[in-house]
Amino acid sequence: MTRCFWLGLITLIGLCVSTSYAMEVLEFKSTEDQQRFRLLTEELRCPKCQNQNLEDSNAGIAIDLRNQIYTMINEGQTSEEIVDYMVARYGEFVLYRPVHDQSTAILWYGPFALLLIGAVIFVLVMVKNQRRINKDS
Amino acid sequence: MKKLLFFIPFIAFVALGVVFYQQLGKDTQYMPSALIGKPMPEFKLINMDTDAVVDNTAMPNESYLLNFWATWCPSCSAEHAYLGELAQQGVNIVGVDYKDETPAAKKWLAEKGNPYSLVLLDEMGHFGVDMGITGAPETFVVSAEGTVLYRHQGVVDPEVWQTLKEYMQ
Repeated sequence: MTRCFWLGLITLIGLCVSTSYAMEVLEFKSTEDQQRFRLLTEELRCPKCQNQNLEDSNAGIAIDLRNQIYTMINEGQTSEEIVDYMVARYGEFVLYRPVHDQSTAILWYGPFALLLIGAVIFVLVMVKNQRRINKDS
Repeated sequence: MKKLLFFIPFIAFVALGVVFYQQLGKDTQYMPSALIGKPMPEFKLINMDTDAVVDNTAMPNESYLLNFWATWCPSCSAEHAYLGELAQQGVNIVGVDYKDETPAAKKWLAEKGNPYSLVLLDEMGHFGVDMGITGAPETFVVSAEGTVLYRHQGVVDPEVWQTLKEYMQ
């Protein structure tokens, strides 16, 4: 009985593994291309389900865009060309790594500005305390 | 001066409150179209009625609505009757049958009425990607010169039409 159960479980696991593999078989010309596909689908955002990237999403449009990227990679287009293609159609919105420009300046440099302000306040407080200690002693 | 410093957290709180309050009620799914103000992308699609391949020159010489729809899309069914009303009012609507099966689409139009002056078949969804759509239904306002003026994602209803109408002029 237990043997039957284990056999069944192993078969089940085997089935799951084989089907998940079957979904992901994409033939690339080189491992470099495969890496590029990985990177692009990770860094491009699915325009439909906005908190997922193209790799994670199973929305119809994400599947279409993944196929489009796959085709473009096999056509030998550079990653830059592919990103430009997506931005031309879906806007800078699809970039999980936003471009550096005026509208995103706060996003990129705001934390450093805050850090700097914090550091200045920290130093000011330190100096003040030091002075007080010196005066007291 | 010293006392003023104690108010910094309060001032920061008020400032954040104002920022957050302004964001309330906004559609978080809203995504501006990258095509606004740009000419419509070039296309070659099949005209459902004539089976002929048509391109941008076949588009109307007046401002029109470009409506992406499909028989598999429940919301398209919901907006269909209203599109019919708009067509009767004289609004030129071009339909794009998006990633659909043509026989089913023909049957749907025969049953529900056809509000479109022209129906294009985008079976593979490539034109949809060129237009930057994320699903169906989506409706664009396109000018007589072929410039994309506005994009609406979702069902067109009387309220949405008020906005679209302004862009049609």
